Amino acid sequence: MSDIVISVENIAKSYQLGSVGTGTFYGDLNRRWAKLRGKPDPYLKIGEADHGNRDGETVWAIKDVNFSIRQGEALGIIGRNGAGKSTLLKILSRVTAPTSGQIKVKGRVASLLEVGTGFHPELTGRENIFMNGAILGMNRHEISRKFDEIVAFSGVEKYIDTPVKRYSSGMYVRLAFAVAAHLDPDILVVDEVLAVGDIAFQKKSFDKMEEAGKSGRTVLVVSHNMTMINRLCSSAVLLNSGRLETQGATMDVVQQYLALNLTHPGFHQWDDARQSPGNDVVRLKQVRVCTADGVTRESFDIRRPILIEFEYRVLQDGAILHPSFFLMDSTGTIVFLSGGMHAPDWVERPRAAGLYISQCEIPGNFLAEGTFSIRAIANTAFRDKKPVVHFDVRDAVSFNVHDTIEGDSARGAHVGAYYGVVRPILKWDTHLEGN
Amino acid sequence: MTSEITVNPKETWDLIIQPHRSWWDLRLGDLWRYRDLIRLLIWRDFVAAYKQTVLGPLWYVINPVLSSVIFTVIFGNVAKLSTDGLPPFLFYMTGNTLWMYFSMCLTSTANTFTANAGVFGKVYFPRLAVPVSVVISNLISFSLRFALFLAFLLYFYLSGSNIHLTWWALSLPLLLLMMAGLGLGFGIIVSSLTTKYRDLQQLVVFGTQLWMYATPIIYPLSTVPENWRWLLLANPLTPLIEVFRLGFLGVSSVNPMSLLYSFAFMIFTLLIGVLIFNRVESTFMDTV
Repeated sequence: MSDIVISVENIAKSYQLGSVGTGTFYGDLNRRWAKLRGKPDPYLKIGEADHGNRDGETVWAIKDVNFSIRQGEALGIIGRNGAGKSTLLKILSRVTAPTSGQIKVKGRVASLLEVGTGFHPELTGRENIFMNGAILGMNRHEISRKFDEIVAFSGVEKYIDTPVKRYSSGMYVRLAFAVAAHLDPDILVVDEVLAVGDIAFQKKSFDKMEEAGKSGRTVLVVSHNMTMINRLCSSAVLLNSGRLETQGATMDVVQQYLALNLTHPGFHQWDDARQSPGNDVVRLKQVRVCTADGVTRESFDIRRPILIEFEYRVLQDGAILHPSFFLMDSTGTIVFLSGGMHAPDWVERPRAAGLYISQCEIPGNFLAEGTFSIRAIANTAFRDKKPVVHFDVRDAVSFNVHDTIEGDSARGAHVGAYYGVVRPILKWDTHLEGN
Repeated sequence: MTSEITVNPKETWDLIIQPHRSWWDLRLGDLWRYRDLIRLLIWRDFVAAYKQTVLGPLWYVINPVLSSVIFTVIFGNVAKLSTDGLPPFLFYMTGNTLWMYFSMCLTSTANTFTANAGVFGKVYFPRLAVPVSVVISNLISFSLRFALFLAFLLYFYLSGSNIHLTWWALSLPLLLLMMAGLGLGFGIIVSSLTTKYRDLQQLVVFGTQLWMYATPIIYPLSTVPENWRWLLLANPLTPLIEVFRLGFLGVSSVNPMSLLYSFAFMIFTLLIGVLIFNRVESTFMDTV
């Protein structure tokens, strides 16, 4: 007997675009009747093709998805919005049935697509714990046994006999998550529910999840938080437009996912010199992002240095110019500007015509996690001369910075949201000043 | 990688998720496993409905008394409909008490899918647990109304009205079971259809009202002309109401054997209902 506990076989799910049927019973009957007499569909808009009882088209939310999970494995499901992650979870949770294919499961599955499902505002915290627990599949004795633990975990002891409609939203989700966290299934399916409560509660929830994974439970997690996936899951599957792109070790899959998100690659080359950005002073040939040993990459470990490299041809002897760039984060905020003025040797130095390479090193442990893009510029601007811009390329290249959470980056062992556009490790000094 | 492992086809799986279950795979065992949920749903329906009200569960008994009073005034005193020689108030209350159970079962199960879409969309449990719990929790309010009815019955009996109990009163549990079965059956049929056609929701409120007038609630069967009586007897609720009256008031013009017809009708409705419900259950989230 193999130790596979979930086997997903050729799962596909289609949805109808537009509306299903005419919307009313009379309308559907009328359409049936017209069809019976061989008349055209009376609800068809002019110019539309007749395709049966629907006036939309079919989309496949997921298609041909195959994978399996072993006992005790923690699997992350990642993908962009609309990749089919939620559909897959819904099918796994039996909320909706697949259109074709099948999933075989061994053991009891509990799925958390949301916290607080079935909470009734008029009932007290105590009553809702029982209600919610039962909806999630626990029986009376299980809930009674864990009741004190749940209440302690949620931290709402004082209000346990107050109707939940009087709770603050924070208390509400904490209580809801507490119930969910104390489910004891063989297989746990979770959809981004960890992102509730304040930082301290998130940490507590995360530890609880990790504990579930360590105690031999099989866990499936959907999340956009790569940090969490990295830390929690040993392996991952990447969904892209409803298809399974990769299954493998988490690090590799996450890298691939991050690369998917880049709108621009880490490498940009202009082959045709006449089409390349620039003027008769200088032409840009190539921009790339690479590691310290010169390998072009799109995804970087937060602890390692990142090199931004410009390759350009100076066409005019004696030209003075400064390559520079803006580094922007995914929201478009300029993190910093760096350029020729930071290379003192070249600030006022006339150049001989020829091919040049300029590199700028961004140190490790400096940028925060996220996606960054480079706006590549070359200009001549020094002293009292009129500034001239030779080229200015927005989104020339982009790259990701990620944290593997091995504990030696700036976030230490912290998992979850971490603030800031930059994340340096700064020196701290503390001493006792006196008593 | 794990995907390369071939799964032994002879292995036993606890659960196989497939596009469609067979028509006859009703999963009633699942329902039994979730009995604690049903218990809690019953309790929630009862408790939550009257939290933050002054009179609380008293509303369960005020409603039937008020409507019986209204019936007495309008149909008894104004329209002067016959009540088979029975005290009009008691006559209407008999019909009302039982009918209300049916109509509440029907109307409150009829919106199962639409009213619970939020919960159904997030977590799996046997969907049938919801309508079943509704039918049972309505039994609690029925017993309150029934107790009140018994009190009035006693009062009228002691004040010398022409009423007497018969052995048929013992058939009450059976009558209730049939009421529940019919209400549940029709309710889940409607609820399954409303996932696609919302109009039915409007229709069901109006329909139940109409149905009440087609059932001998405000008039005894005996006043219906002979050549129209078959129409009323085709209504599976007629025998139930009439036997209930026969049992507690001692007057009726129905052959108790017609209960068999109602019973067969109930089994049929319930079967059709459960089959459709199970069919709709697996994909209703896509259309609701």
